[in-house]
Amino acid sequence: MSVLNLRLGAFAAALALLPATSSGALAQKKYDTGASDTEIKIGNIMPYSGPASAYGVIGKTEEAYFRKINAEGGINGRKINFISYDDAYSPPKTVEQARKLVESDEVLLVFNSLGTPPNTAIQKYLNTKKVPQLFVATGATKWNDPKEFPWTMGWQPNYQSESAIYAKYILKNHPNAKVGILYQNDDYGKDYLKGFKDGLGAKAASMIVLEESYEVSQPTIDSHIVKLKSSGADVFFNITTPKFAAQAIKKNSEIGWKPLHFLNNVSASIGSVMKPAGFENGQDIISSQYFKDPTDAQWKNDAAMKAWNEFLDKYYPEANRADASVMYAYIVSQGLVHVLKSCGDDLTRANVMKQAASIKDLELSGLLPGVKVNTSATDFAPLSQLQLIRFKGENWERFGEILSGDVGG
Amino acid sequence: MSAVEEVTSEAPAVEAVPKRAMTLGYGTSLVVLGLLIIAPMFLKNFFVFQMTMLLIYALAVLALNILTGGSGQFSLGQSAFYAVGAYTSAILMEHMGVNYALTLPIAGIICFGFGFLFGQPALRLSGIYLALATFALAVAMPQLLKLGFFEHWTGGVQGLVVTKPDAPFGLPISQDRWLYYFTLVIAIGIYVASVNLLRSRSGRAFMAIRDNEIAASAMGVDVALYKTLAFGVSAGITGVAGGLGAIAVQFVAPDGYTITLAISLFLGMVVGGVGWLPGSIVGSAFIIFVPNIAEHISKGLSGAVFGVLLFLVIFLVPHGARQVAIVAQQLIGKLKK
Repeated sequence: MSVLNLRLGAFAAALALLPATSSGALAQKKYDTGASDTEIKIGNIMPYSGPASAYGVIGKTEEAYFRKINAEGGINGRKINFISYDDAYSPPKTVEQARKLVESDEVLLVFNSLGTPPNTAIQKYLNTKKVPQLFVATGATKWNDPKEFPWTMGWQPNYQSESAIYAKYILKNHPNAKVGILYQNDDYGKDYLKGFKDGLGAKAASMIVLEESYEVSQPTIDSHIVKLKSSGADVFFNITTPKFAAQAIKKNSEIGWKPLHFLNNVSASIGSVMKPAGFENGQDIISSQYFKDPTDAQWKNDAAMKAWNEFLDKYYPEANRADASVMYAYIVSQGLVHVLKSCGDDLTRANVMKQAASIKDLELSGLLPGVKVNTSATDFAPLSQLQLIRFKGENWERFGEILSGDVGG
Repeated sequence: MSAVEEVTSEAPAVEAVPKRAMTLGYGTSLVVLGLLIIAPMFLKNFFVFQMTMLLIYALAVLALNILTGGSGQFSLGQSAFYAVGAYTSAILMEHMGVNYALTLPIAGIICFGFGFLFGQPALRLSGIYLALATFALAVAMPQLLKLGFFEHWTGGVQGLVVTKPDAPFGLPISQDRWLYYFTLVIAIGIYVASVNLLRSRSGRAFMAIRDNEIAASAMGVDVALYKTLAFGVSAGITGVAGGLGAIAVQFVAPDGYTITLAISLFLGMVVGGVGWLPGSIVGSAFIIFVPNIAEHISKGLSGAVFGVLLFLVIFLVPHGARQVAIVAQQLIGKLKK
């Protein structure tokens, strides 16, 4: 009985103290669910298992990066509590996990969830709940739609604007080209294809001689390459993920097909595409980039690359440094930290979106020189700049200006 | 072929289950029912949503159980029927503005037809060959849904977003609770109908075919008809589950209905006990919650942990939840004495 009384007494004392301590602070500090004086809860959903599990490394890198932020004192004194769940790239599972994050773990926001179908599945839910769906990890064009979905924001340059850049280049430099296209039969491949056709405009029908598609479950795409060669195309737009991109480059040289080769940014990695395909087979391939390829020797002494390596040495030593996803995650995590820092002590969901939508010329470690993050109340596409690159020797050579190809959602 | 047949005739893959052993006693049924009705009132919306998914997958597992446990045919293609049901509901709701409740019988009928038709060629196959044919169906389905030809209706790779229904008549309960009770009513209806089906003349015909096809046909059972019928019924129920799934998840996309789903359902059936209908809900709980537990134990090795847990279950209780239930029943019987 005495213990109980003691507890009650302590409780009453605490209650009495509560207004005294909080009334002063309340003036500046505002919190929504998921944020407090000591921590900020961030939710995340990644395909750690299943067909897209290669991207799970993004979640692991982010987790490591937030550990680094916490070790360095957190954000305005608050620690990041990063809760990341597996959805195996299956939309019904994504919905379950998103609801768990919002209703059970009570996170402040959902950050950088991966994939177009999984994000589409939870977009409506998060917007009705008014939970920020911040910096989604997909290049689909539809995330830049602040009117319909004011709680959803994209991150990377979208697929359609990228292929529009290639289309513009072809129209300008090779107006009589015969184009052959190989694309992955899913949302990503079809988005690229649409942007390319829109970019070519009225000439699309006459310029494109063959469109070939493949399934991600196929072991090889060799037969498609042979078919593309026999179509007589002299420009090849290669919309494939790294494994298939390397196969395509190799096969091209094996059968002696030498078109002007455009490779999508998804596979513009030296370590995971150009090297396995053989440097001699990849000469003069054109692609585009917005962040530094860590396997590119030209960045060896770059300050950003050194910082990146130090971070990995300390917090994620087992990371595969040839994997572009690691760099991607490093950059997007900095983006989130920037937004949370600028929120100050007003950690409400509305303020998170407000801060995310007012980024001006932000430069992040790892982005190409000249590429900046910009958002506004009507522009929910943080990164929209790219630079064309051409493969020479064993490196990507940047050429031309930084290009911007904003395509609205 | 003949060698395989010899092996299978020596030890049938599906053990003969007497029909009385396929259901629960009245008392236990009422307790389970009571729990299912009362529990959501005290739970957060998120758990109510999970319980809704539990019932939906339980229906899909039940459907497979009728096919495999009832008529002895294997199917790894249930995800295809589930997808057809889900898309039927989604398309009817979003493109034609049909009420969500009405889309379910339509999804069921379309899937029944689809399953019945698929059952025709499948008649020529049995055992593992049938499993492979249905496997092909499951693999093909996501690609078919992506076809440009259907894209106007299916939304192609982008999928379709479905509007969640509100509780009718201005009932003061949340969307999630309403959907849960709606699903519960349908699930109970289908469960009762399935139990009766298996106790009926048709059910006896299914089981006769399962136990010995030649003997069944000698007894005058139309083997071809009942085999396709079993396929149709199973597909129809799966279709209703798919439709409910689309409404609960509010989204359909080809990535949601891959072969992984078909294998999960198969797994659910085995864990719940082949041929034991109440086991469906246990199997469904296994496929929903155990991956979450595995992920909790180790994120990087969630697949391996899940494998170990599954192995333990199969090793310790090879007949699934039915075995546990029987042991429990015997224990209670002893205590009463």
